Amino acid sequence: MSARIPITTDSRREPSGEVLLRARDVVKHFPVGGRSLRGMPRDMVHAVDGVSLDIYRGETVGVVGETGCGKSTLARCLTRLYDLTSGTLEFEGQDISTLSRREMRPFRRHMQMIFQDPYGSLNPRRRVGSIIGEPFAVHGLADGADRKRRVQQLMELVGLNPEHYNRFPAEFSGGQRQRIGVARALALRPKLIVCDEPVSALDVSIQAQIINLLSDLQAEFNLTYLFIAHDLSVVQQVSNRVMVMYLGSVVEVAPADPLYATPRHPYSAALLSAAPVADPDLAESRERVVLMGDPPSPVHPPSGCRFHPRCPKALPDCSEMDPVLEPRLGDGPEHLAACHHPLADDERLPVGGAVEAGIPEEES
Amino acid sequence: MTQADLAVAASEPGPGVAVAVPAIAGRSPWRLAWERLRRDRVAMVSLVVIVLIFASAIAAPLVADLTGHPPDAQFRETGLTPDGLPKEPSAEFWFGTDDLGRDILVRIAYGARISLLVGVVATVLTIVVGVIVGLAAGYYGGIIDTVLARAVDVVLSFPFLLFAISLVSVTGPSLWVAIIVISMFSWASVARIVRGQVLSIREKEYVEAARSLGSSDARIMLFDVLPNVLAPVIVYSTLLIPIVIVTESTLSFLGLGVPPPTPTWGGMLDESTAYYRQAWWFVVFPGAALLITTLAFNLFGDGVRDAFDPRSDRLTAG
Repeated sequence: MSARIPITTDSRREPSGEVLLRARDVVKHFPVGGRSLRGMPRDMVHAVDGVSLDIYRGETVGVVGETGCGKSTLARCLTRLYDLTSGTLEFEGQDISTLSRREMRPFRRHMQMIFQDPYGSLNPRRRVGSIIGEPFAVHGLADGADRKRRVQQLMELVGLNPEHYNRFPAEFSGGQRQRIGVARALALRPKLIVCDEPVSALDVSIQAQIINLLSDLQAEFNLTYLFIAHDLSVVQQVSNRVMVMYLGSVVEVAPADPLYATPRHPYSAALLSAAPVADPDLAESRERVVLMGDPPSPVHPPSGCRFHPRCPKALPDCSEMDPVLEPRLGDGPEHLAACHHPLADDERLPVGGAVEAGIPEEES
Repeated sequence: MTQADLAVAASEPGPGVAVAVPAIAGRSPWRLAWERLRRDRVAMVSLVVIVLIFASAIAAPLVADLTGHPPDAQFRETGLTPDGLPKEPSAEFWFGTDDLGRDILVRIAYGARISLLVGVVATVLTIVVGVIVGLAAGYYGGIIDTVLARAVDVVLSFPFLLFAISLVSVTGPSLWVAIIVISMFSWASVARIVRGQVLSIREKEYVEAARSLGSSDARIMLFDVLPNVLAPVIVYSTLLIPIVIVTESTLSFLGLGVPPPTPTWGGMLDESTAYYRQAWWFVVFPGAALLITTLAFNLFGDGVRDAFDPRSDRLTAG
């Protein structure tokens, strides 16, 4: 798997022990299906349901999961683009979970986002210089010739020609546009960058360039990334720790290598087994775990363990008790799984069934 | 498209057909639209006509000086027949005279001032109000949207002329009442167009990106949303100007617009109703001025629409 994208630097740096962003029981529900006569929403989509996470300064946390599991919603909650339904968020020890947009503004300097769609995330009617210079304008940090100089430095930093300052986004390719998005996110030297599927809209060759750019920048500016993707091999390469999400909650979180080697949660195992393998010989011999059925509706999530209707190892207690995210089968404190019947080191999930648990192509 | 249409399209690329142009650094979408517009012959001819109309409006005092006929001067000796009827076109009165012996040519030139003034000012007022209401309704949504959208519905369901007649009977006719009445009834459709556009643009990732940078709502609306709704607004306003001009003429014709003796095209048409059997020039020249102006703005507006939306195909869409 790791042969797929050549990496120029060791993209996985040692994080410090200092918590940059702490999320506790973050919940985000969206109302659906209209409102009753009394103005109360009829139904709720449980997009994110009780996610707790510590992001340490300098590390990269990968988030994986299939379409609709709440990855992107979580990203927007952590950057407070969405208001939380409940839960707390602390950035460098300060509670930011209920700040107003105005009060959030000073924190925005320190947490930025890179978006999935390099076409949709740049305003087609603004020049590149104005797009990358926008953070300086919003925070009143530099203007006139100073802003132009800093924008051109940023363009050079992300591998764009500074002479293209006056061009429009339509005049750039997808990869170049994503570099514009990276430059904009980087403008204010943020501490945390949330990357919401930054490479999934790009060609594989361009993906490698952007990944390398991100890891070079991480080394240079001591950045912390929350890296969302559904390409498991990309996540493994860039992440110190990986978090697996299913239906709005975390099923497993662990350092990248142990997670990929010995997944404890049956869902993690199924997800990993579905990732494509570049080597055709290996691909022949591997066993794919095939899950039954579709993910349940996030409007009415299943009781107990949310994965139990599709889990090959499910027992009666799985539908009754909500499993706690904790170390299982003698794992260290850094490897947590939410499963009553975790997989042992050499245990394999039963293969079978007609419905494939493919990794979805596109995040909605 | 028929075979013949296809052949025409193949042999002669019309204005709706995209022509490959070499990429030049930093050409804005506005610039591209202008370049498409410049290749549109009908629109360019219309633009020349519009410029000439503006020129004649500006040069109206010059026309009065050259002919020696101020717009309100009544030439009862030279400008009327012994029976007191309007005189036909001659070397002295090129477009003839009206029932009071005034020079129709000079009055048409002065009338262009009123028509263009009302056309431009009422359109600008309409666009400003419509864009602000549409932006607020579309961007904020919720209760603001509900209130504003209902206001739009109410305005659009009002009978325009009845309201205008009753308002003028209270305030008395004047230029500003005409402008305000026209704007009051036009902003609602602009607001509707803008609101629809904003609803889709509000969900774009670049608006979310602006929010994640910490931009204020006002800044997002001004720099990120507005530039992207402007194209349909510009198209609509070039098509709104002729409607406003005709509306002003209608009001003047009914005696609800600019009061006499100020020359307006609609007012002149009103005065001609008693005389057109004897004096064809009295009705033809003001009518032609109104027709040419409206046609020029309409054709130019069509060209602007095509320039901003290259996908619309003249050959099929007409």
